Amino acid sequence: MKRIYIKEQACIACHLCEVHCQRQHSQSKDFIKAFKRESPRPLPRVRVEEKGALSFSVRCQQCEDAPCAQACLTGAITRDPISGAVTVDEEKCVGCWTCLLVCPFAAIRQDAEQGKTVRCDLCQGADMPVCVVNCPNEALIYTEVDI
Amino acid sequence: MAKAERTKYLIIGNSAGGIGAAEAIRQVDEVGTMTIVSDEPYPAYSRPLISEYLAEKRPLERMLFRPSDFYEKHNIQAILGRKAEQLNSDEHTIKLDDGRKIIWERLLLATGGVPIVPGIEGIGLKGVFTFTKLDDAKAIDEFLNQHQARKVRGVVIGGGLIGVSVTEALRKREIDITIVEMRERLLNTILDEETSALEAETLRRGGVEIITGHTVAKVSSYLDGEASGVTLDDGRSLPCEMVIVAIGVRPRTEFVSDTKIKVNRGIMVDRYMATSSPDVYACGDVAEAYDFVYGENRLTPIWPNAYIGGRVAGFNMAAIPTEYRGGTAMNSLKYFGLDVVSAGMVMPPDASYEVIRAKYGQACKKVILKDGLIMGMVFSGDIEKSGIVYNLMKDRVKVGAFQQALVAEDFGLVSLPEEIWRPHLEIPSAIADTSVISMEQAEEVIAGE
Ligand SMILES: Cc1cc2nc3c(=O)[nH]c(=O)nc-3n(C[C@H](O)[C@H](O)[C@H](O)COP(=O)(O)OP(=O)(O)OC[C@H]3O[C@@H](n4cnc5c(N)ncnc54)[C@H](O)[C@@H]3O)c2cc1C
Repeated sequence: MKRIYIKEQACIACHLCEVHCQRQHSQSKDFIKAFKRESPRPLPRVRVEEKGALSFSVRCQQCEDAPCAQACLTGAITRDPISGAVTVDEEKCVGCWTCLLVCPFAAIRQDAEQGKTVRCDLCQGADMPVCVVNCPNEALIYTEVDI
Repeated sequence: MAKAERTKYLIIGNSAGGIGAAEAIRQVDEVGTMTIVSDEPYPAYSRPLISEYLAEKRPLERMLFRPSDFYEKHNIQAILGRKAEQLNSDEHTIKLDDGRKIIWERLLLATGGVPIVPGIEGIGLKGVFTFTKLDDAKAIDEFLNQHQARKVRGVVIGGGLIGVSVTEALRKREIDITIVEMRERLLNTILDEETSALEAETLRRGGVEIITGHTVAKVSSYLDGEASGVTLDDGRSLPCEMVIVAIGVRPRTEFVSDTKIKVNRGIMVDRYMATSSPDVYACGDVAEAYDFVYGENRLTPIWPNAYIGGRVAGFNMAAIPTEYRGGTAMNSLKYFGLDVVSAGMVMPPDASYEVIRAKYGQACKKVILKDGLIMGMVFSGDIEKSGIVYNLMKDRVKVGAFQQALVAEDFGLVSLPEEIWRPHLEIPSAIADTSVISMEQAEEVIAGE
């Protein structure tokens, strides 16, 4: 299945991936509203990590064995049979955070307001996720790799 | 007597472990006949959610672990509301409580645990409950509904995971609760002292009374068979209408006691989840399986370990040799809004262990190490990066060179040596070259070297 990979050397730590992700997952799809006004407040599902000159963005890596799904207490996390993406059923997620504890990338975020987890959904079947499209230095690649 | 039924795969227990096995088997064997037996009359539901049922009447449909067409879709015969009683491992048969006999080729025991109930006076009174299954939650709910007019006070015996879970649910229904914990602190097997104290403070703020260092010596009654209070071991009495017994759960091994299957505290299994008896497997709360922190077999009664152990058992039952990597005790708590995760050894057993700890405002991170390996962890307040540390522990990574970073406020993958994160996040280099070429204006990508 297709995954988003990083090119660490190309990342300039501009955080635009986070900004676009947050807008994409807002109700209004408007930057200002998404950041300043919307409630519940949308959360970016990608995180830029930085240390000195090193930086890269992290999101759900769609792990083959999906430890989050195997640990899920409620059965909310499954692999979509068609897209192959790891998906969370918001109706079933109770925000117990067990998935957070087993995620090797800390790619799952707590939406404390809603009491549910949020994570990268690959922009729900979009040809190109918004973080990849809007990365100014092409530090993100969305592609299929056999692993 | 009815004719014996035959099935290739027989699974006793329709919960985390049983479903894990069923799914693994169906992944590799779509046709072998499969039967799941459970004495609970419901399709597999998420056991931890019985608290949500009690707190807010979460409907069963929203507690189901798998969609309602699960059994049909996977061609599984589910015999629900029936108890498996007699196991003959030599003959490969079992008998159900309705007299039915089942002949199996491979058997999985995913029978979970039973609540430990102390033999104290008054334990059989009306108003005394345990809390490990949906029917328990239903019984408590009914009891409360009958008492609607009167204020109900409850005593929870035992301040472990189940005791605190039921306490939180009952507080949401505005029941006054006193927890009586025999040891000196709450959640003492899964938390260190500091975090225990934090939990106790949080519970108290949530209106819970906590008595530690004492046990309940008897449940008393003033009117026809109904509980009306408890007496503690120091003679103190606490009036209450309801008592929840939550002192622990033990592996439900009664079913194998007449067989040659080896049982220590739980059913003993090897790294393939196989018991000492050919063709018989076990997993979950009933089994003593490999713990990767302790490097030995232990009971680790948590949901994910039951499910994953079940999957491993299932593959092996379907003749796909699969080794269990092991699990360890691991919990994520959010009682009264306080986020806490813990895993592995939460208290260093002796001075050869090292504890590193850091506190930032309301958050505290603690990691327990030995010889450069992570042996345990407790995070409170800020748990979002805990998974990275948990996986370093699980993968037995030597962390000595960067251990202080594990508890740093800005800890992340970026704090780790690059060989840990790069292979996972970056595109494998051979493919990276071609995909860059296939992208427009690839030449313009100026890497910040
Ligand atoms: C209130 C509560 C909160 C919890 N919270 C958490 C949590 O937050 N995180 C976590 O990881 N874990 C939690 N747990 C623990 C978790 O639920 C268990 O670890 C898990 O259910 C174990 O799964 P299992 O498949 O081994 O057994 P079980 O879920 O116990 O299922 C065993 C099934 O087998 C049936 N059975 C047994 N013997 C027979 C027989 N002879 N014939 C027919 N049927 C039989 C039982 O009735 C039962 O339905 C919680 C448990 C409780 C009670």
